[in-house]
Amino acid sequence: MTFRKYFVLAGITVFSTAGDSLLARGMKALGHVSPHDLSGLLLAILNPWVAAGIFFLLAFFACYMSALSWADLTYVLPATSLAYVLVALIGHFRLHEEISPTRWLGIALIAAGVGSVAAGPSVTSVPEQRESPEVPRAAVSPEVES
Amino acid sequence: MKDLYAWAAIGLIILASTTGDVLLSYSMKRVGDVGELWKRRGVLAVLGRVLATPTFALGLMAMGVAFYSLLFGLSWGNLSLVVPASASLTFVANAVAARIFLHERVGRRRWIAALLVAGGVVLMAI
Repeated sequence: MTFRKYFVLAGITVFSTAGDSLLARGMKALGHVSPHDLSGLLLAILNPWVAAGIFFLLAFFACYMSALSWADLTYVLPATSLAYVLVALIGHFRLHEEISPTRWLGIALIAAGVGSVAAGPSVTSVPEQRESPEVPRAAVSPEVES
Repeated sequence: MKDLYAWAAIGLIILASTTGDVLLSYSMKRVGDVGELWKRRGVLAVLGRVLATPTFALGLMAMGVAFYSLLFGLSWGNLSLVVPASASLTFVANAVAARIFLHERVGRRRWIAALLVAGGVVLMAI
């Protein structure tokens, strides 16, 4: 695992948190979308909060796909759950929201799960890849399960 | 009836998002390390190779089904039931699917992690 790869994993957490928060803020500003007039959903992207949210969610998706290109699904997925923790911590420290003991326990469980996976190998299977002479097989560093 | 629809939606979300994640992960493994490819051939080569992978489009479609199932579920059930139930069970379903279809070695460490994260997501939502 290089510095760049941890950066991509951090991007998954940060961008999905930012994207969801911005979308939520934008959609609240717009109010209810009537199921009989879905054109409201199309116009929603003109709202600057919604547009910024979509931008961050695209960045999240790019980071997610990048991570999946060099790490196992069971390695990357726990990292996506850190977004729940980040939202709660931002709420606590920036917005001074109260965090109940149950939620602190949830934060601890998620952190323990993510930490336990992150300490292990990022790839346990190297499936057949496309013919790509510019990327020699040796470049795919096989990490052995500890 | 309301609960039945909500749980049907939850089941559909789990099925569709697990299918989507497995297909997307499979596609990206076939594409290979995009960081390396970007350095060597540029961003257009990365985009071209990703979009030329048929399972990538299938994965996106499955994610779309999951998204609309979520909207459907939210119209029948409470946010505090649908989101944590589907998110936590998806973590466990993904561990099973990754082991079967992606041949990932899901050892004791990753099973425990999947259960911890699933439990944590439920606790954070209640």
